[in-house]
Amino acid sequence: MRYAETGYNLEVDLTRGNIEKVATNPKETELYLGGLGTNAKILWDRVPPEIEPFSPENLLIFSAGLLCGTPATGCNRTIVTTISPQTKLMAFSMMGGFFAPELKYAGYDKVILRGKSPNLVYLWINNGKVELRDAAHIKGKGAIETAEIIRKELKQPKAQVAAIGLAGENRVFFASIEQGRSSASRGGIGAVMGDKGVKAIVVRGTQDIHVAKPAEYMDLCNEVMQYIQFRNDNPIPGVMPILAGLGSPQEMKVHDEKWHTENFMWGNSRVRRKGFWTDEIAGEWMETLDKARTRLISCYNCPMTCGATISMPGLPTYMMKCFTKLTYTMGAFSNLDFGLKIAQRATEYGVDGFSAPQVMAFALELLENGILSDKDFPDMPQDNEGRFYYLLDKIVRREGIGDVLADGTHWAAEAIGNGAEDYAHNNIKKHEQLPLKLSMLNPIYFLMYSTGEKMNITQIEGQFPQAPYPKREHREAFVKDWHHVPDEKFKQYFVDWEPRGEKSMPFYPTVDMCCDIVDWQEKMHYIDDALGMCAGLSSFPLKPPYHIHNYPKFISAATGFDMDEASLSQAAKRYRTLVRAINIRRGMRRKDDQPPKNHWKKRFPELEKELLDTYYRFKGWNDDGIPTQASLHELGLDYVSEDFVKRGILTEGEDAPSKVAAAQQETK
Amino acid sequence: MKGKKEKKTIKTIKIDVDKCNGCRACEMICSAFHAEPKYSSNNPARSRIRIIREPLRDLYVPVYAGEYAVAECAGRDKYTIDGKEYDECSFCRASCPSRDEFKEPDSGLPLKCDMCEGEEEPLCVKWCPHDALILQQREEEGEAQDPQDELENLEIGLEALADKYGMEKIKDAVARISKKV
Ligand code: SF4
Ligand code: SF4
Ligand code: SF4
Repeated sequence: MRYAETGYNLEVDLTRGNIEKVATNPKETELYLGGLGTNAKILWDRVPPEIEPFSPENLLIFSAGLLCGTPATGCNRTIVTTISPQTKLMAFSMMGGFFAPELKYAGYDKVILRGKSPNLVYLWINNGKVELRDAAHIKGKGAIETAEIIRKELKQPKAQVAAIGLAGENRVFFASIEQGRSSASRGGIGAVMGDKGVKAIVVRGTQDIHVAKPAEYMDLCNEVMQYIQFRNDNPIPGVMPILAGLGSPQEMKVHDEKWHTENFMWGNSRVRRKGFWTDEIAGEWMETLDKARTRLISCYNCPMTCGATISMPGLPTYMMKCFTKLTYTMGAFSNLDFGLKIAQRATEYGVDGFSAPQVMAFALELLENGILSDKDFPDMPQDNEGRFYYLLDKIVRREGIGDVLADGTHWAAEAIGNGAEDYAHNNIKKHEQLPLKLSMLNPIYFLMYSTGEKMNITQIEGQFPQAPYPKREHREAFVKDWHHVPDEKFKQYFVDWEPRGEKSMPFYPTVDMCCDIVDWQEKMHYIDDALGMCAGLSSFPLKPPYHIHNYPKFISAATGFDMDEASLSQAAKRYRTLVRAINIRRGMRRKDDQPPKNHWKKRFPELEKELLDTYYRFKGWNDDGIPTQASLHELGLDYVSEDFVKRGILTEGEDAPSKVAAAQQETK
Repeated sequence: MKGKKEKKTIKTIKIDVDKCNGCRACEMICSAFHAEPKYSSNNPARSRIRIIREPLRDLYVPVYAGEYAVAECAGRDKYTIDGKEYDECSFCRASCPSRDEFKEPDSGLPLKCDMCEGEEEPLCVKWCPHDALILQQREEEGEAQDPQDELENLEIGLEALADKYGMEKIKDAVARISKKV
């Protein structure tokens, strides 16, 4: 019997309408765990770099994490993987909610879509019965609306639905996949779903998921529950509220938005508004949120209530969590009332809450600066709010200028030309980032921004405090119950870290320390993404309930195979390197590993070079960011090595990139 | 035996629907606890509590599995509370032929909440993170439990089997088993 996982994937050939249930190899689980790890393996094996994102041969994989469906609190992530139309690299966006456990209970670890359906369809998975059904009648419908219609027509109120809206159908490069209170938004994976002609995946499951050592496993789960309670009662002192507790940033609960509104940028990530947060605004926004919010809600098997049901007067109800609360508001220089209203439409259309408002603000900036003209925006309203609604509609319908903007700021700027490139200024690897512009380089964040292949800072940061406490005694107090560190040395790193003077940024933590810290932070995210754990209970917050010391026990008790800290770290490193390899094979190189140019005002080119050089070496990559043959061999990834040599990316026996290959693989 | 008085502990689970966040931890843990061996598997469809959960209409109601019903009711109820309409039979605890609720997904056998017999506290209560479920206990003088009750439970189970498979098949099975013993 297979434990924790079901041992089956659902292979769906959309071109031929063929559906197969395929047994997986348990050996692969030991090597790559599940979720992101096994997704990466499939993508490496089956999607060579010649395959375009919108080719029928691109795969779109929905995977439950290895521990989803077991009693582990907060383990409910679906990891969606494909080649992104925006970055042309591997995209792996996660969504919480209820989909992944339901898929496991239906008897599958993954749904793998390939080919293209000639007509719009939806996939209905009801335990062993799986069918493609016509979706002509829901073409153009909103993502949330779609879920409601399908549940009704199937008479399956308990079915979980992951659907795209109009944006996905029209292949908008920042289209999301929506699933009730959660969404997989980054990287334009909704566009790939639309390209494949799939409106929704619907799943209902009523079968068992087994664990290998039940008593041990429950003990671990109980410990985690108790620790969550403890952490909820004991927030971390001396840090801002969203960093003090567990869960995703508690944006649906907090009223005080002084920090976000005065430190994050408004418009096209341009304008900082110090002094914005007045009593009057605080009062007005509090009233807006209190009136809109019906209830705080959780994902499957989680106490954290990070989401909320939002009902704005006259608009259909929808669900929201996290920072989308403010992205539209700040993009349009408006207020919370506007932000919550337009987010309703944006959610039904299915667009990413980070990219969409930035693309719209970018368009208005181009207009203001004469790079686009009024002719490009026929009949556009005069007010900012009206303009945002206008642009959102144009984009998701791909009408006029909207067709250009729908490809995101990078590609739109390239198409528009005439200096537009300077306005697509907040991207990493062509992907829009959080609207943040800061003064002095932070070496830890420099490495994370540069090398984080999820291309989203919140999906690599965490664990280690973002800044030192002013007083040493406070730092000492902090490390007292910091049992989460993989090694005692991290405590010393933190205790010695000063806000000012010799041991302060950017030269402290030292380059070597930064490598250790970033590696730890990244590793925990990669483990979460394979297990299906919410980062909000693990890799993102300080002192989380899940960490490198209890994870191996969880995995062993659940799956029955031996796992300790070393072998877990090795597995995580293996598929993390595989993700890199997939992107390297698609042309990504050192030149792509950089933060937006203006992210920090004060930069330190020499230090930055040293940071990257050292971190690459630490990771087992060569100077161009390519995993070396030696490190690939150590990870059991000789097949990657061979492929690299065959393609001229590496030269046999020599761990430097061959010049020809580097030139050929230049990304355009 | 009838008529003899004794002290009984009455367990009540107080349900506060306003506090429910729809996480279904209660369903999850109930199914794990009742797995054989304990906690060896997980499947909310086998839970003895179910959450009526419709976020867009803000419906969140935990309902416990009660008695087995041989036949469906001819008269049904359908509630509207605070302007929110609930499906027919929403609050009914019965494992009844009219619906899939409170039945083992494979065999169709009825499920009934047993208050997690043997545990200090019902597990759904323990796992409910926001005190939507709270246990209250009180002592009461009542009729002594008739040993007959146990048999009655057995009969209910058999009846359900008979409804599903037909009396003849059950008789055959019983005959077969008795030969083995
Ligand atoms: S912490 Fe929040 S986002 Fe994470 S699983 Fe729990 S409710 Fe969902
Ligand atoms: S009290 Fe026990 S048996 Fe009854 S619903 Fe709760 S967990 Fe299940
Ligand atoms: S565990 Fe509590 S909060 Fe969660 S669904 Fe059950 S009753 Fe509601």
